[in-house]
Order: sequence, then C-alpha cells, then structure tokens
Amino acid sequence: MTSKPGSLAALPVGGTAIVSRVRGERAVVRRLLEIGLVPGTKVTLRRVAPMGDPIELKVRNFTLSIRRSEALGIDIE
Amino acid sequence: MTLPQVTPLPIVLVAGNPNSGKSTIFNALSGSRAHVANYPGVTIDRVSAPVTIDGRDLELVDLPGTYSLSARSREEQIAVDSLLGRNLPSPAAMVVVVDAAALGRALFMALEVIATGVPVVIAVNMSDEVARDGIVIDLAKLGAMTGAEVVRTVATKGGGIANLKAAIGRAAARAPSEAPLVERPAAVALDLAALEAAILAEQVLERPGAARAWATWLLLSLDDDGADDLIGVPPALRTLTLDIRRRAAAAGRNVDLEIISSFYQRVDTIVEAVVTRPPEPRRHQTDRIDAVLTHGLYGGAVFAVVMLVVFQALFTWSEPAIALIESGVAGVQALAATALPAGPLTDLIINGIIAGVGNVVVFVPQIGLLFLFIGLLEDSGYLARVAFVIDRLMRSVGLNGRAFVPMLSGFSCAVPAVMATRTIESRTDRLLTMLVLPLMSCSARLPVYVLVTATVFAPGTRFGYLSAGAVLLFAMYMLSVVAALTAAAVLRRTVLKGPGAPLVLELPPYRLPAPRVLLFNVWQRVRAFLIGAGTVILALTIVLWALLSYPRAGDASAGDQLRQSFAGRLGHAIEPAIEPLGFDWRIGVGIIGAFAAREVFVSTLAIVFDIESGGAEDEPLRDALRAATWPDGRRLMTPLAGVSLMVFFVLACQCMSTIAVVRRESGTWTWPLFMLAYMTVLAYAASLAVYQIGSRLGLGLG
Repeated sequence: MTSKPGSLAALPVGGTAIVSRVRGERAVVRRLLEIGLVPGTKVTLRRVAPMGDPIELKVRNFTLSIRRSEALGIDIE
Repeated sequence: MTLPQVTPLPIVLVAGNPNSGKSTIFNALSGSRAHVANYPGVTIDRVSAPVTIDGRDLELVDLPGTYSLSARSREEQIAVDSLLGRNLPSPAAMVVVVDAAALGRALFMALEVIATGVPVVIAVNMSDEVARDGIVIDLAKLGAMTGAEVVRTVATKGGGIANLKAAIGRAAARAPSEAPLVERPAAVALDLAALEAAILAEQVLERPGAARAWATWLLLSLDDDGADDLIGVPPALRTLTLDIRRRAAAAGRNVDLEIISSFYQRVDTIVEAVVTRPPEPRRHQTDRIDAVLTHGLYGGAVFAVVMLVVFQALFTWSEPAIALIESGVAGVQALAATALPAGPLTDLIINGIIAGVGNVVVFVPQIGLLFLFIGLLEDSGYLARVAFVIDRLMRSVGLNGRAFVPMLSGFSCAVPAVMATRTIESRTDRLLTMLVLPLMSCSARLPVYVLVTATVFAPGTRFGYLSAGAVLLFAMYMLSVVAALTAAAVLRRTVLKGPGAPLVLELPPYRLPAPRVLLFNVWQRVRAFLIGAGTVILALTIVLWALLSYPRAGDASAGDQLRQSFAGRLGHAIEPAIEPLGFDWRIGVGIIGAFAAREVFVSTLAIVFDIESGGAEDEPLRDALRAATWPDGRRLMTPLAGVSLMVFFVLACQCMSTIAVVRRESGTWTWPLFMLAYMTVLAYAASLAVYQIGSRLGLGLG
C-alpha cells in the first residue's frame, strides 16, 4: 500500500513514500518545493489533525503540516 | 534630498527560517539597543541595532523570518533587496541562523544567501538539542563545503554568542565571492547565464555574483501573468525573464523545479557529509506529547483548559498589582493637591497628567501577564499545534491556519496584528483577516472589561468554583472569537469571494521556553505599550480633560460644568440613541473618548466621575460607578448594563489606530470605512439585543 503510486493524500498514517512529482498552481508548487518536498525526497505521514485536515508530515527530519488539497497534488511512489 | 549627517555604518543582516531562534540571536547580539524604522517604499518594520565588533561599529539588521528568498510581494522582496544592496547599502556580511535539527531544510536558504557572494556566517542554533539526540554535525566540514564561517550557538542560553561576534567580524572584513556555488542542469545554467549578462548590461547590479543570484531570484519570483507585486525590475529584464520561462515551458522544462532541485541536491550532499546520526534514533519526546495535544478529544480539552487558566490568572493575579498602582496614583494626586496652589494648572497636573500616567501604568500587570502566556505558548511550540488543530475550522470560515497567528495577536492589539497579516500571501485572504481581526478582543479592551466586572460584581461573587468576573471575561473572549469567525465566513461568501491560499505550517519540537528570552520579549511588549500607546493615552487624557473642563462655567457646580462642556454636550446629544443599550450620557462621553483608543474609556470615565463627585479626587472609579444612578434613581451600572457595555466594546471598532493601519495596509479608505461601518452596526445591534431582552426577562437588574 505505501509503495503504491498515487498521491500523498492517499498515504496511510505511518506510511512512508518518495515524492515523484508536485503538481498544482505555480506559487503553491514553488512553496512546497522550497520547503523541501522536491522529487526524490522521503516523506512520512505522521498524523492527521483531529478534524481530518491538515496532515502532518516528516520531511528532511522536520515536521511540516499541509492540507489534503495540497497533498493531492503531490505524487508519490 | 538631504545628505546623511553621519557616514552609514556597514550593515550585517540577520536572516533565518521561522522558529530558528533568529530573533533571540539578534537580541543576544544587540542587547536592548534595537530601534525600529521602516524600509523605504514598504510599510514593514526594519529592526536594527548598532553593535561594536573588534572595535568596528556595525549596524545589525533583523530580516523577517522566511524559508526562501523568492518573493511575490514587496514585503517578501525586502530580503533579496537588502542582501543585494538594491536601493540600500550593500551588506558587509550576513548571518544565517539555522535550526541544527532541521539542517536538511535550513541549508536551502543558507545556500541561496551564500550564492549571492556576500560573506556569510552560519549560526547552527539549538545545537544542544541535536547533541542530546546523539547527532553530530561536523562544523569544519560544513564551513569548507559552503565557504561560510560556521558557529555553534545555543541562543536561549547565550551560548556561542562571543564566537558568533568574532565570526561576524571576520566575515565583514572579507570581500564578496564571485564563484558559482551550485551546479545547475545545463539548460537552466544557460538561462541563468543569459539573464545574468542582461542584468550586468542593464547595470542594475555590478557584481557578477550578485547578478547571478538576482537572475535566479527573477526566474523564481516573477509571475508569468504579471500578477506579482515586485518593484524595481526593469521592463526589459521582466520581458527577458518571462521569455526564458515561456521557452523552457514549451520545451517541457520546469525552471522552478530545476533551480530548487539543484539547490537541494547540494543541500543533500552537504548534509550527507557533515551530519552523523545515531543508528537507532530514539523516539522523540515531541511525538509522545503530540499524541495527546493534537488528539481530537484530549487536545481540545487541553486547549480549553489552558485558555481558561490563562484568563483566570490574568484576572486574579493582576488584581493586587492594580490595587497597588491605583492607591499609589491616588497618593501622588493627594500630595500634589497639598503641595500646589489651587487653580487650572494644578487641576491639569492632578486630573490630566497624574491621572493619565496612572491610567497607562495600571495596565502593565495585565499586559505583562498576557504576553507572558502568549510567549509561553509560542516558545514552547504549542501555538503551532493550535494552528494545526484549528486549521480545518479556520478554513471552514474562509481563513487559514496562518491567519491564526495574526488573529491570536489580535488578542493583544489589532494594530500589530493587522501588520502581521502581511505573511498571508493571497491579497484576498489577507484583506479578509484584516477586516475581521479587530473583532478579536484586544488588550486595550481588557481594562474596560476589568473595570466593568469589578464594578458590577462584588469581589468574591462566584459561579460555581470560578469567580463571576473570570467567567464573564472568558465569555467576552469567546464572543469575540465567534464574532470574528462568523464575520469571516459571511465576508468570504459576500464581499470577498475567492480561493484560499495554501497552508505550509512547521510544527517545531516542543521546547522549554527560556525565561530570559521570555521576559525580554514581555518587557519589549510592555515598553512598546508604554511608548506607543502610553504616550497617546496620556496626551488624550489631557485633551479630554480639556474637553471636559472647557468652556468654563464660572462658579457653577461640577455637574453643571460638565453638562455644558464640549464633551458633555456631545454625550447628551447621543444619549437618546444609546439609552436603549443601557448607557447614559456619561457612558456616551466615555464611548466618544474611547474612539481614540478603547482604554481611554476608563480615563474618560475617571474624569467624568471625578468632576461630578466634586472634591473626592482620590475616590476609586469603581466606587463612583457603583454609586451612579439615572435621574430617576435607578442604578446605572447594573450587571445587565455592564454586560451590554462589554458586548458593545467587544464588537465596536472603537479605535482610530486600527482604522489607520487598515488604511495603510489595504492601500485604500474603502476597507477601513467598511470595517468601521459593519462593526458599529454589529455592536449596536448586539448590545440592544442584550439589554432589551435581558430587561424583559428581568436578568441582572439588581
């Protein structure tokens, strides 16, 4: 399941994957790339906020939170 | 244009990611000599301080915390303009503060900065935390691979600051480097070279290193549809940049991705070489705490308890200090009354100046406590969790988790909070936050609440285990939050339609706040209040004293004097409109005065009641209010009238400073006037409902 290609939003809690592509509006994509979500980066989905959104990620040894709407644009493998 | 009086000092910029401890480093380097000015052309604070390093005078400048140099707005552009010396003197050196635990991300901006060629000092901050986790960072190798001076710091404990100063001294003595730092894919390297040549040809920048860095920045920052707000880009360069981007896109390339990825490849190589992790990383304490604090049920309960404790403490802990200040002021007034000859000047000194100073100082305990709590939440890392937990809710009303910090700052003062909305990228989101933010119950309302609750409830009145005052205070804060969120939802669906901006929220590890840093920040806030708000309050107390004392009524009684003064006449004029809310003309006068700033309501009432009560100058305001009646003998300040008054103050835009700052930030009079109108209507309607319904039901009249 964790290795199945798809979007980051589909990753289960505790699952780890590699970012393959970031899609979406340019400003959003640039922001996500700059914070370190470049293709080839390992991402772990650590937690989901109590109301189901946003999600908490472990990227490059720090903890980052983004919304599901953005996670949908992040392809993983 | 006038020539500067003194030669400007060489500049050293301090940059870093949010949560990296950048401001703590800046404060440790500068002591408390920081002063605030504006960057030319934009309304953003430029915090700077003079420092002397190795006998050399330098100017230290604190740049806004950011994750990268790229920009869409003029405010974000400040970092790159300062760094490249565009329209400003070029810096002699730059300090980049990085979080030792998050080197894999923090080095991205450090490399962007180093790529400009400006001599850089990397402060590897919070290095004690990584050492505790068994992580080893080879600083010498990091220095060799980046060409920067590298210093280990623990800013909260003052560790490494002396070394940092020495490194700044060495860096500032170095010449800029022109060598390329990062290897790029061939195609984008050609694009950058073409743009760099054009920048040098246009003579925008003279150093090749600076031109190369600016070429990178232009490609990352300029909007393809011209929707960015960036200034100082010659039209020819804008055209060339967009041409390059268009050609790359047509060839199936993504310039942003190529540039950012090549930076990160370098970051990864460096981290691989300098960071050694223990084979079995222990589960971090933060994980265990987060399992509870971001949990749906426990997390919400903790949040509610923390907030209630804060407000209960604010209310009960500050009371003794306030009583002390009040009696002190009364003592000074009595002393002045005996020492000085009677007359208008003595009246001014006692009822204008001394009363005004007292009215300023009396708020210090609450403001200090409130900022202590906010600082605790922020420095411990809990504030970011609040945004994480609450983003879904904020989003449902059209705001995002980022708006939470400005909204929360709104609890202290709408003026800095409105300015803090600059961190929100989308203009629509920013405007929306700005328009609803003044509904958040600011600290200037606190004196009004405290005065009213202390007046209408006898000390010791309790609802269950909690004091009645604390419950009411908590209810007012909840009302302000609900009103702000509801207003946001309504405005988002009506006047400000549009999509929200993305949320990128870092959740820093939980940390024990450093008392030194915490207290320093509290002092800075209190000082800002005393200087910024205090002087205004003092001045207005005097102006209002004059309004209430003139024109003189000869030897008429104090009551007649006030009734025919300028303010008294205005208060009487609006009484028919505010009587249905439970307010008489004296409260009307207070509301008029409160437009200058909400807390002025208290000093206005103090003057109103001092004059009316004749010689009893030192009678505390609360007693005067308790004794006040309507002409027919009914008590004025019933609990119901008190609640109505507090509700009015929660919702009304009783603050000309807020209106002024929203005008400045929105760039038009339309939005602040709209804000004033909708908040006034809301406040009037809500207070009317409270008082009229409460009266019909016979609540709180006794």
